[in-house]
Amino acid sequence: MSKFSLLDHELIPHHEVMDEDDLKTVLAHYNVEREQLPKLKVTDPIALEIGAEPGNVVKVIRKSQTAGEALYYRYVIE
Amino acid sequence: MSISEATIDSMISGLPLPKTTLATLRKDVVDVGVTKKEMEVIIERVMADYEYACVEPCEAVGVVSAQSIGEPGTQMTMRTFHYAGVAEINVTLGLPRLIEIVDARKTPSTPMMTVALVKEHAADREFARKVAWEIEATHIEHLADVTTDLANMNLILDLNEKMLLQRGIDVDAIAEKLAEGLKVDVKIPSEVANQIIVIPKEPLYRDLLQLAKNIHGITLKGIEGIKRVVIRKDGEEYTLYTEGSMLKEILDVEGIDLSRTSTNNIGEIYEVFGIEAARFAIIKEASDTLREQGLTVDIRHLMLVSDIMTCDGEVKQIGRHGISGEKASVFARAAFEVTVNHLLDAGMRGDIDELNGVTENIIVGQPIKLGTGDVHLVARNPLKDL
Repeated sequence: MSKFSLLDHELIPHHEVMDEDDLKTVLAHYNVEREQLPKLKVTDPIALEIGAEPGNVVKVIRKSQTAGEALYYRYVIE
Repeated sequence: MSISEATIDSMISGLPLPKTTLATLRKDVVDVGVTKKEMEVIIERVMADYEYACVEPCEAVGVVSAQSIGEPGTQMTMRTFHYAGVAEINVTLGLPRLIEIVDARKTPSTPMMTVALVKEHAADREFARKVAWEIEATHIEHLADVTTDLANMNLILDLNEKMLLQRGIDVDAIAEKLAEGLKVDVKIPSEVANQIIVIPKEPLYRDLLQLAKNIHGITLKGIEGIKRVVIRKDGEEYTLYTEGSMLKEILDVEGIDLSRTSTNNIGEIYEVFGIEAARFAIIKEASDTLREQGLTVDIRHLMLVSDIMTCDGEVKQIGRHGISGEKASVFARAAFEVTVNHLLDAGMRGDIDELNGVTENIIVGQPIKLGTGDVHLVARNPLKDL
């Protein structure tokens, strides 16, 4: 049996760890600090799957019923 | 003269609109065929409409959501614990279910899983049945008659051969499971077919009775906690519905499609699939519950609720131990529940209330900082500018 990736699950949207340059643009756009973003626990199954570390920001690309696609950012915490 | 699709694409590409709006706009103008001038006017109108529809700064979206969910909630069946059968499995619906969701209960009162089969075998009924027996917990009462033999101080299990075949389990496997689970001697007599004899450690009457009771608690096959599995045909595919939810354990079962397997237990989804899946599950469960009652609540309100419930990386309830209990203001917390405790604790600690929120400003009788209340007007001295 091939290894099942959590990201393939229909309930789970696409997650990726953001690089610092992209992050700067996003933070400047919303005029916030990364600590003010919603949180993602480092013990979260998805955080483990994509190898996110505390201090990273994870970009979530949600399929939205209203907007088609919605971007969300989560700050990884202990 | 109408413009080409490429021109339309380049004109709408930079617009700050949601994907669905852009797609509809593009499709409509391509279908109709517009000139460049018309296109410019259309874009202008769409942008104006979009900005008009957006939530304004300082709008109390939380209150609007609360009312929009609360009012239909009053029309829901109250406390009758209404059940409806989904393929002969009872699930809690109506107000009790909605309360369960926003309270973020660890386990719902009727946990249920939806298990999809792997695509290549999904239309195979026999395969579906095999997987179902693999999942459903098999206990001794499903397979055998248990007789307490007082003369020889042991338990005699007469196994039903048909049931053994159906559930795909053999006598040796049962004997092994029983010996392991009960930690007693188990004998398979050679003279009688399909029989197992269980002998208690000490030949005591009490131990024998205890054994006769405990033997029913041993799971011989399947996943403990899955009381029943129902197979139902949805379109071309067979889908399994289970009474009882054990998401972690089901992931190891072969023949199921993990990417389409789910549960109504939000706590389990959070543990196994993470916070984003839990957020999605909250929206789905809440809107399904409301829809089943014939109530229409805009999905944006449910999205707001689930975003707030999951914003700290874990599923928090809306209530004293969750969102409302974490408010910074003492007055806002005291206004919700257990007033005296909050005021007393705050008094002992010497807390300071900054009076930034709505509730606390209403309590002290000030204008709230929302809408026009959040804007400060400063008059310019006309003489100074001269």
